[in-house]
Amino acid sequence: MTVQDKIAMPRPSLGFWLRNQMRNVAPFATLLCLVVFFSLASPSFATADNLANILTQISVTGIMAVGLTFVILCGEIDLSVAAVANATGIAVAYFTSQEAYVSIANIPLPGWAAIILALIGAGVLGLVNALGLTLIGIPSFIMTLAMMQIAAGVSAMLVRGQIAYAVPDIVTTIGSGSIHGVPWIVVLLACFLIVGHVVLTYTRFGRYVYMVGGNREAAEYSGVNTKVILGAVLVISGVCSGVAGMAGVAHFGSAQQNEFDTYLLDSIAAVVVGGTSLFGGRGSIGNTIVGLCVLGVLNNGLDHVQIDSFLKILIRGLILLAALVINVYAQRLRDTAAVRGEV
Amino acid sequence: MPTPLLEMIGITKSFGGVQALKGVDFALQAGEIHGLVGENGAGKSTMMKIIAGVHSGYGGRMTIEGREVNFRSARDALAAGIGMVHQELSIVPDLSVAENVFLGKQPIGAVGQVRWSTMVREAGEQLRKLGLDVDPRTRIGSLPIGLQQLIELARVLFSGARIIILDEPTSALSPPEVEQLFSVLRALKREGRSTIFISHFLDDILRVSDAVTVFRNGRKVADSAVSTIDKGWVIEQMIGVGHDDLEESYTGAIPLAAKPSAPVVMAARNLGASRFFRDVSFDIRAGEILGIYGFMGCGQVELARTLFGKIAPDHGTLVLEGTPRRLRNTAAAKGAGIAFVPESRRSMLFHHEPVYKNASIAILDRISRLWLKPMREREITQVQIGALNIRPPRADALLGSLSGGNQQKVALAKWLTHPPKVLVLSEPTRGMDVGAKDDVVRIVRSLRDQGLAVVVVSTEPETVLSLADRILVMKKGAIAREFADGSISKDRLLEAA
Repeated sequence: MTVQDKIAMPRPSLGFWLRNQMRNVAPFATLLCLVVFFSLASPSFATADNLANILTQISVTGIMAVGLTFVILCGEIDLSVAAVANATGIAVAYFTSQEAYVSIANIPLPGWAAIILALIGAGVLGLVNALGLTLIGIPSFIMTLAMMQIAAGVSAMLVRGQIAYAVPDIVTTIGSGSIHGVPWIVVLLACFLIVGHVVLTYTRFGRYVYMVGGNREAAEYSGVNTKVILGAVLVISGVCSGVAGMAGVAHFGSAQQNEFDTYLLDSIAAVVVGGTSLFGGRGSIGNTIVGLCVLGVLNNGLDHVQIDSFLKILIRGLILLAALVINVYAQRLRDTAAVRGEV
Repeated sequence: MPTPLLEMIGITKSFGGVQALKGVDFALQAGEIHGLVGENGAGKSTMMKIIAGVHSGYGGRMTIEGREVNFRSARDALAAGIGMVHQELSIVPDLSVAENVFLGKQPIGAVGQVRWSTMVREAGEQLRKLGLDVDPRTRIGSLPIGLQQLIELARVLFSGARIIILDEPTSALSPPEVEQLFSVLRALKREGRSTIFISHFLDDILRVSDAVTVFRNGRKVADSAVSTIDKGWVIEQMIGVGHDDLEESYTGAIPLAAKPSAPVVMAARNLGASRFFRDVSFDIRAGEILGIYGFMGCGQVELARTLFGKIAPDHGTLVLEGTPRRLRNTAAAKGAGIAFVPESRRSMLFHHEPVYKNASIAILDRISRLWLKPMREREITQVQIGALNIRPPRADALLGSLSGGNQQKVALAKWLTHPPKVLVLSEPTRGMDVGAKDDVVRIVRSLRDQGLAVVVVSTEPETVLSLADRILVMKKGAIAREFADGSISKDRLLEAA
């Protein structure tokens, strides 16, 4: 044992630091490379207007990704974010009076009531996920996969194949208005990122999220009610998706089925590309911001360069793959370091 | 004496500077059941893993029927007729009995299809030869554990093993299952096959074996035919009389200091949990250390988890300060004033977080409501670092960079800022060096003196003997004996287990 005690003494070195920081450094380096590349490749990329474009384009994804960051930090996943967003967006339109030619049997309510009802709906869907995971013990992957279908079903029942255009005024403003030239939707995203960051970093709940994700067994043996934490993150994810859905519907100008289908992959990718560990316990809103920017720059930049539009999809896939490789590789480095520390 | 079937001469083996075997001789005759005993870490398992080809790179010679062999893998050993049944079974629970017996070598037909009927028929024959009446198409996971073990044994036999090594085969078995196993072993003996039987249960060893070899501290200290010895002799050999090692060997009597006057803090009444343990009743008083000793798999580990609300009991009640309580989860247990340190550091610590986050997690609800107070956490941790002599003395050091003993202290520290009423410790000194062990013993005793009720659960006699004021011995899921007053010695403790 004494021999091993010596081995286990801390040896801080550059290599050690780099290994530890790999999941933070790699996404940032990726972002820099992409920005430099697109700036050189296209004169229209590095402009103030385009920056505003990118920020607007990542807003809906970003609000969803804030909730997902909580879930993924706990080592779970929520596959229902996009479907819940869609259902919430449709719900808020359902409770708003529509033009006569939109023949859905909707129930017009005052704007505030529509918003509150829609948000409660999103929270309830998140709560069903939470109960499935914690009380029944359904793995979150399966539970939220079912919820994806359920939320899609709710959307279908509410709009019945039609397209609704009207949403409460305040939602319209947030979705497509701007203040001093800054789109409201970007302001909303910034608020969510800041609140998410503060909750994760400075509150007791945030600490529990990291601890439950880092080592669930140890959290449990420390008397932490892990089920409450796991349930809470899924409810948070549901509510974030709901807000993203309402803002998105207003931003797109219409509420219809399958409107958010691409947002599931994008929001998960933003969190993971940013370097938050899929195994839980490691990562932050800061990582998610970098991930969002990587995705935003990539999606936007590919439109600025002359490239086969079908090839773009492939390139996006390859970059996501690279990010996943880095994520898993960083986890492995961390695990080997842990084994050495454990001796 | 005829040439032994298996002979090992002067076997040495070390792991990273620690010598696990120091020149061991061992001989196994054909048609012999050979018991192998010794305390944890005496070298029994290392020796058997060398025989079974799991460990290579050892010193010394191994011969089978006089021919020298040198196995590079378990596959080599199996080819030479040596099979091992490990304590953790390697069956596939969701496959049928027949598939498990034929695992890895299913009979294949002309176009590569599995020949199910052949497989089922032959597996059935094989099992009947062992006196097992099981439908080979049954899912193996649905069978009792004893039967699963025998089926794994059947698989080893089916692969043609002449030497079968059984590691702790009886610990999870009920008495009739043990009988069944023994009758199988006797049948194998009549066929001329040999068995090496490793166990902590000396009664079992003495009942079925022809000969016994005793290991202590990486050496073979004695061997004998079973007909000429008794349990007392075996225990004497295991513990040793000449203490050449650093640790106290507890051969002398140790006084027990029970305090019958203090109030009962926690009481268990007929507590039972599925197949882990049953009918466990005891009282723990304030200012008392209750030791619960038992071999691996005797239920004391699960009992400790039940006291902390991790495993729900399905019988009996847990009474805390006079009130029956049902602990729904670990958070409820913590709220009721119970603290728990599990045996594995991995399952109680966060290796990538600094020491202070590890030390504060259990009391976070007391020092902050909404907002974290990291400086306060560090202060609290610094106090514990001083009190428990944790090295390096930095609250910001990453936990993973600490040595094992210091990590163990951090695990204790997390409960000590707001001391609980009952502290449950599982294997509190496992794998620690002497200095760290002494620190832990000192800390636990001082907690007791402050009025805590402490439960220490261990498979190491020394741990229980050095700490406990009162000792319960668990045997196969039930309390076999209580040592409450007077004195206790290691041989009496082992005798009771």
